[in-house]
Amino acid sequence: MSGGVDSAVAAARAAEAGHDVTGVHMALSSNPQSYRSGARGCCTLEDSRDARRAADVIGIPFYVWDLAERFHRDVVEDFVSEYAAGRTPNPCLRCNEKIKFAALLDRAMALGFDAVCTGHYARLDDGVLRRGVDAGKDQSYVLAVCTPEQLAHALFPLGDTAKADIRLEAERRGLQVADKPDSHDICFIADGDTRGFLAERLGAAPGPIVDADGNEVGRHDGAYAYTIGQRKGLRIGTPAPDGRPRYVLDISPVTNTVTVGPRDSLDVHEITGERPVWLSEAPDGPFGCHVQLRAHGEVYGCTAERDGDTLRIRLSSPARGVASGQAAVLYDGDRVLASATIADTARVPA
Amino acid sequence: MSPGLPEGNIPGADTVVRVVTYLDHAATTPMLPEAIEAMTAELREIGNPSSLHAAGRRARRVVEESREIIAEAFDARPSEVVFTSGGTEADNLAVKGLYWARRAADPARTRVLASAVEHHAVLDAVQWLADHEGARVDWIPVDAAGRVRPEALHEALGAGDDVVLASVMWANNEVGTVQPVAELAAAAREQGVPLHTDAVQAAGTLPVSFAASGAQALTVTGHKLGGPIGVGALLLAKPKPPVLVDPVPLLHGGGQERDVRSGTLDTPAIAGFAAAVQVAVARRDAEARRLTELRDQLIDAVRAVVPDAVLNGDPAARLPGNAHFSFPGCEGDALLMLLDARGIACSTGSACSAGVSQPSHVLTAMGSAAEHARGSLRFTLGHTSTEADVKALADAIGPATARARQAGLS
Repeated sequence: MSGGVDSAVAAARAAEAGHDVTGVHMALSSNPQSYRSGARGCCTLEDSRDARRAADVIGIPFYVWDLAERFHRDVVEDFVSEYAAGRTPNPCLRCNEKIKFAALLDRAMALGFDAVCTGHYARLDDGVLRRGVDAGKDQSYVLAVCTPEQLAHALFPLGDTAKADIRLEAERRGLQVADKPDSHDICFIADGDTRGFLAERLGAAPGPIVDADGNEVGRHDGAYAYTIGQRKGLRIGTPAPDGRPRYVLDISPVTNTVTVGPRDSLDVHEITGERPVWLSEAPDGPFGCHVQLRAHGEVYGCTAERDGDTLRIRLSSPARGVASGQAAVLYDGDRVLASATIADTARVPA
Repeated sequence: MSPGLPEGNIPGADTVVRVVTYLDHAATTPMLPEAIEAMTAELREIGNPSSLHAAGRRARRVVEESREIIAEAFDARPSEVVFTSGGTEADNLAVKGLYWARRAADPARTRVLASAVEHHAVLDAVQWLADHEGARVDWIPVDAAGRVRPEALHEALGAGDDVVLASVMWANNEVGTVQPVAELAAAAREQGVPLHTDAVQAAGTLPVSFAASGAQALTVTGHKLGGPIGVGALLLAKPKPPVLVDPVPLLHGGGQERDVRSGTLDTPAIAGFAAAVQVAVARRDAEARRLTELRDQLIDAVRAVVPDAVLNGDPAARLPGNAHFSFPGCEGDALLMLLDARGIACSTGSACSAGVSQPSHVLTAMGSAAEHARGSLRFTLGHTSTEADVKALADAIGPATARARQAGLS
């Protein structure tokens, strides 16, 4: 229970369904005030109190579990080292994979519980993970990294309801968090300044910004601060010869170089994913499906194929700004088939 | 009006809490019937004890009779009883108040001595003086049983001419170790230094004599001995050599309590407090024997089921109702939850902020390893405890420990 409206209603629904529910708030920082000020995050003292009040109203026991060490190691440090390696991580996804449905689930199972119930907007029936019915809130993307074993011990009671109705239900249930603002951004970056957060941890590492031909067009303070497809904040003094805006095309941590170029060069036709997780039987040979390449991102038609420990995806129409480190999640309609971490992209059709 | 509470309901009254076995009397103990009676009777009355009319005089009489009862129970003079809102305020008044007063009288006095195992009400007040008022602090170490050796205090005192005060609790709230307060007070007095002692945990079950202790200031509170929450007292010797000053007040206002503490006197709470003190002290020796026996049963029962459980604190010089264990390989938080689910209330005894337990400063000061400290649990008995409570714990602790060990130290 984060202290937000979703997990509060999820707990209430699970209790109402007859489960023996215990509320758990994850303490993710040993110094809670250092994270997120205000009531929109998931790590403040105020959030912990909100969660406890919700548990009171629902009538379930409530405890705070200290997962700060694991969270720091598996999510925060992973986040920093992924950026340092030129990739763009999704910490919410990592938190589901390593904390909520790993560290927390393991501890819960050891202590005699059967499952972890969360306020994610996704549906789960008989091991089949589907998008939540509220398309705007769907969180199946950040859950798709969970293995079938992890999902076998998960409950998502909110997947069949729209967020607006969850708020109404929270009010009806007397939960004071009914109108609490949604959390956004990254919970462990208090002020939302990801670049500052990374700079503090990785230090300044000045290097060149070059165009596709290798000509230096600017300087940067650290390649880690850039994301594929980024346009704003490049601080390039001289305009491109054709006068059109330039985008980050490539980040090379080895040479500490950021490559920029025109928008067309961002087009990606082929994606290689690593560490695939299959939530359905992997078909032999290529198969048609859809793929989502970032949280709340666009969905592309594609042909996918399992190739040993990798997943090869050929898009039917090009995607722009595909960052390695993000997840590629395969869907059949609203059903999640598989996910993999984007390792490599190819910009021209083979 | 909050959405969850239909009008007219008592907040929380609809929550079903089945505490079958209450083993957390050191956190707070149920009010004695005599205290409830005295307090509720007084709640129906009117009168500010500071008013000059008949109603005020009536209330004043209740307060002064209560003061006399409390003074007699703890072997102090009525004029030495300063009512406060509880233990935390009394500790703060003694520590900060005496620091300000003694430093004002002699600017060279800025050194504060306190044992490393003090309750946070003393610990944090002392630390605040260091952080904001230029105090130099020497934390007096304890041995593996949590005892402050008089030699350690003697050493920390030095010549004593720069020392404001020393603060050493009568008995520790976590591990139950009882300190040799009279010896410590004598050592301090020899160097002209006053001793404050937090006797909150000791007052109901140990013979606490303010006069014989030699302490300059002593903290007691109502709710640890069967009185209401929200009232306590600082027993405070009148200025006399070597301490020629009263503490500087924390609260300024009407000057009700010896000009050392302001605020309208809470007649009902004070009446309840005095009633509880009277009953608790009258029954003290018999109750201490009963609790010691029950506590030893509890210790034996736990050890019979969990042979590697380690009893922390002094095996002999400990509070009658206190049993504090470390369970190797377990997380105290996990054990607490598992016992809670079986209707057994106990405590990890450690301080939390947003629920993230820090290793107990008491166990750390006693030289415990972090894992040892994290696996600790405190069971405390009180006036409502029975053999059935011990039996319930004996039945539950084995399975709970086995479960918690599966979860391990995450």
